[in-house]
Amino acid sequence: MATNESESHPPVHPEKKSYSTRRDFLLQVGAVLNAIAGFMIGLPLVGFILSSLIKSTPPVWFSLGPVSNFQEGAMRMAVYENPYRREADGQTARLTCWVHRISGDQFKVFAANCTHLGCPVRWFEESQLFLCPCHGGAFYADGEHAAGPPPRGLYVYEHKIVNGELQVKAGVLPTLAFPV
Amino acid sequence: MSAKDRPIVSSLVNVAMWLERRLHLVKVWKATAGHPIPKSSASWFYVFGSMTLLCFTIQVLTGILLALVYIPSANEAYRSLEYLNYQQELGWFLRGVHYWGSNCMVVVMFFHMTQVFLWGAYKHPRELTWISGAVLLVLTLALSFTGQVMRFDSDAYWGIGIGAAISGRIPIIGAQVVNLLLGGPIIGSDTLSRFFALHVFVLPGAVIALVSLHLRLVLLKGINEYPEPGVQVHKQTYWRDYEETVHKDGMPFVPDGIGKDLVANGLLLIVIVALAVFVGPKGPEIPADPAQVISEAKPDYPFLWLLSAAALLPNGSEIILFFVFPLIAAILLFGLPFYSNVGEKHYSRRPISVLVVILTYLTIGLLTYAGITGPWSPRMEAWSGTPTKPEFIAGRSPVELQGALLLQGKQCRNCHAIGGEGGHRGPDLSAVGTRMDQPELVRQVIQGGGNMPAYGNTLSPQEVSALVSYLVSLRPQNTIPALNPTNPEKTERVSSGELPKQAKVGG
Repeated sequence: MATNESESHPPVHPEKKSYSTRRDFLLQVGAVLNAIAGFMIGLPLVGFILSSLIKSTPPVWFSLGPVSNFQEGAMRMAVYENPYRREADGQTARLTCWVHRISGDQFKVFAANCTHLGCPVRWFEESQLFLCPCHGGAFYADGEHAAGPPPRGLYVYEHKIVNGELQVKAGVLPTLAFPV
Repeated sequence: MSAKDRPIVSSLVNVAMWLERRLHLVKVWKATAGHPIPKSSASWFYVFGSMTLLCFTIQVLTGILLALVYIPSANEAYRSLEYLNYQQELGWFLRGVHYWGSNCMVVVMFFHMTQVFLWGAYKHPRELTWISGAVLLVLTLALSFTGQVMRFDSDAYWGIGIGAAISGRIPIIGAQVVNLLLGGPIIGSDTLSRFFALHVFVLPGAVIALVSLHLRLVLLKGINEYPEPGVQVHKQTYWRDYEETVHKDGMPFVPDGIGKDLVANGLLLIVIVALAVFVGPKGPEIPADPAQVISEAKPDYPFLWLLSAAALLPNGSEIILFFVFPLIAAILLFGLPFYSNVGEKHYSRRPISVLVVILTYLTIGLLTYAGITGPWSPRMEAWSGTPTKPEFIAGRSPVELQGALLLQGKQCRNCHAIGGEGGHRGPDLSAVGTRMDQPELVRQVIQGGGNMPAYGNTLSPQEVSALVSYLVSLRPQNTIPALNPTNPEKTERVSSGELPKQAKVGG
């Protein structure tokens, strides 16, 4: 409490100089040197922090297995390995999507993440609805919004059939900013 | 006997004097722990600040100890928590103290802030003390959120998903923010590692820095005197008067002013230990396996009110809740000492401030309560696991009973309770027959609406009529069925005295 706003400091440089000294020169050289060195260490640090942004990780095509794995007319959860997985990911490398084999080669593949706040939606066969456990969002079998707070229908993954295998394009967490 | 006759005592005194000459301990003591405070400040209401600091100290100590065993890897985190819970000696205790210490820290800090607000301690010249405290509040909430991610169970996994979904609503740079939050395109080991780095290095470091500033400001600008009604703060005179009070009627914080803090902190410590021992640590719940879509992703207590608000506000208002509201709250919070800089300090002269506190406590309290009960969350197992009481079945016709089966089998009860049992997302159906008539119910079932999906495609016409006939029968004894004023035929029928026959057992 001893310090007050009115406390005055003794002047550090009593007399004003009009000439440049060796000290001034060293101060300037030191400042410039440290600015350069700071950039040399700072830029890589920023680059490291932003590395996941700089590295391109778009959704990629991968197989969910033979088409015959999916019963016609039925909705099924498919579990796949994250294409960008690392060993340390453990169980979290197992990702999921809901696959609806409408008929024959007609498929629709949905992300499990609710479009409201990303909770995992669950399929209810009897009522033909996806229900979200968090805030009660509901979606129809075609992924369209049925009820509750979600602002849109379920995220739909692109898919194609190659050599009798169902392939989907995924690997990025779908959000409203990146709806797959 | 003097010290000279006791060589051990005299050499100890010599060592102490030498340390004093080198470290100026007396001066340091007088400037810190022994700093003078107004006598009125030694109040029971002024104990919450030191209690918050105690919580933080506990968190640092238990956190370091937990880090001796915890493995911050998506592959190992869950198992290391199980190991802590069941195999590591006293691991469960440390986890319990860390968990309850964190909840207590948030609560006690909130009390501290309320007290500082109501006692006007943020006013001139303590603006920065308040602002550094507000930053500490934000940091503490961030610590609490990153801490629940450390559990890396199903709730934590989907909790990050919620964080990502909220971030994904940020205009323009949403996708980039999500990527930075997750440390990649999807939730994985990089996600846990960065939350770990935040939780154990960045945020605690920031808290230590801010607490140092906060305490330095307490020493520089003094602790708030106990305000009296009618005493105004004037910029010109306040500091002079304060220094005079402290000089004339002050006392050193240690030992004279710390007694109540010590008692309160001792009690808090006992409460935390009791909660850790008798309630225990939280979780981990089921492992963070994305293929197990059975999580409700409920956050810990400090964030339940936010989840409730997200559920209760009208659809489409998320942008207001997550971005506009925090911005306004931040402006109000950080700007407080500037738009309310001088004048009355005592709460009895500041009715709006009292009202703000009451409203804030009511809002957060009620939303937290709603978050615990979660009436908007469908009960995902209600359709297969919740029984129907006999009075809602007895006396029904076969078609109505078929309707009762459909109500169960088509998962209606995940959202609709009967007799209070089942989900509460939609209205309780125990007496729906008194509210809606047959045509209205048919329309509602087939077309949905009002936050209910349409069942026109999932139910056959026979099923719809069976279901509706059951719903019409759901009304308490001696109540009349719903009347539709636009349907004169029915109104007449009811008034002609058929009523008692129609009324069925129920409710």
